[in-house]
Amino acid sequence: MTEHVVIVGGGTGGTVLANDLADRLGAELDAGDVRVTLVNDNPDHVYKPVWLYVPFGQREPGDGRRRLGELVDDAVDLRVDRVTDIDTASQRLRFHGAASPIEYDYLVLATGSTLEPEQIPGLAEGGHDYYSESGATALRDELLEFTEGELVLSVMGTPHMCPAAPLEFVFMADDWFRERGLREDVDITYTYPIQRVHGNPHIAEWARPTMEERDIQVETFFNAESIDPETETITSMEGTELDYDLLVAIPPHGGIDLIEETGLGDDGWVDVDKHTLEAEAAENVYALGDTADTGVPNAGSVAHYQAGVVGQRLASEIRGRPATATYDGKTLCFIETGMDAASFVEFDYESPPSPAPPSEKLHWSKLAYNESYWLTARGLL
Amino acid sequence: MTDIEPDDTVDARGAACPGPLMDLIGAIRGAESGDVLRLLSDNDQSLTDVPEWAEEAGNELLTVEERDDYTAFYVEKA
Repeated sequence: MTEHVVIVGGGTGGTVLANDLADRLGAELDAGDVRVTLVNDNPDHVYKPVWLYVPFGQREPGDGRRRLGELVDDAVDLRVDRVTDIDTASQRLRFHGAASPIEYDYLVLATGSTLEPEQIPGLAEGGHDYYSESGATALRDELLEFTEGELVLSVMGTPHMCPAAPLEFVFMADDWFRERGLREDVDITYTYPIQRVHGNPHIAEWARPTMEERDIQVETFFNAESIDPETETITSMEGTELDYDLLVAIPPHGGIDLIEETGLGDDGWVDVDKHTLEAEAAENVYALGDTADTGVPNAGSVAHYQAGVVGQRLASEIRGRPATATYDGKTLCFIETGMDAASFVEFDYESPPSPAPPSEKLHWSKLAYNESYWLTARGLL
Repeated sequence: MTDIEPDDTVDARGAACPGPLMDLIGAIRGAESGDVLRLLSDNDQSLTDVPEWAEEAGNELLTVEERDDYTAFYVEKA
């Protein structure tokens, strides 16, 4: 009997896992004992970290986009389709349109994050973002014209993709305006929902003094309630009102509705065992990356490491052996601190982060990794 | 044991910081003025996060119940 592994989502986690399984289960795939299907609703794979650089004119959205078919091993069945129903009892998926349902023996959900700007009245009209291709290019056009006034970066909820990116943006913007001789005419304000500048207290403790040194104003306990695009004001649930000339928002995030409809978790995030990444509400279902509610950052490095764990566990299960691989919370992240310097953190469930002193070398390491990311997607790095 | 009847409960047990507070803020965002939300959290940071945020936002922390392995916070939206 052929064991069928279906991975839903062709982002970092899903793509790395598909290639990991193609490598790990090569013999079984050749023999027809195993099938691996990767389902994505778009023929392209998108590497989102590129978007941080788009507003500053350093990268183009196309730099972060490749055909999934070019990245995924030929032993994997790639299906460009949208899953509309998951039946975890009969282990069956249905697709958009008239396509026949397929059955799975193991299901991996790697459907990622979606933006939900509609949660904040006025945000879609009044705000910009760099968490989408269209947002990043529209923000680039605004930023290039922006020579004076109030730039407000507002984090509107957590979890969101790449928790370091809001800090990176204001550090880069500060440096970018300084280099262009405009910083004295541009005020930068950073808002965050809780009482510090980052969800992780160690990173917050590191970042706050740097923000003070760089004259980046901070508003904590600031949860945007509404935006008035006419008067260019942002009002918080805590009663603070800020004027802006350019609003850069990290919009509220959610997972896909299908997760909640299937009863696997709230807000589109799958409740999982944070070590095995197995879904708590269904058998033979895993989740990884943003989709897995583990409490670690929604970051590519997390999806990458988790894919390796799920790959090992699936291979063990398919071979009838106990699955012993576990995820330890490993997270790795470069943090840009300007246009020419970056820090670096590495942490897990037990060990907190300790940001490295910013350096040009770390900045170039980040850029070099972004270039070599395609080797990660292919399962080679 | 309180006899307060919450309008909604947010079960954030198992969530890492700042998850429980953010879950509460999300629930308050969608609540009506006067609604009482009950937050369940087993994260120690909530013991300081939740009272600080409630005060900052002008919502009233009605009571805090310490249970064996979690804490229940009752917050009334202003």
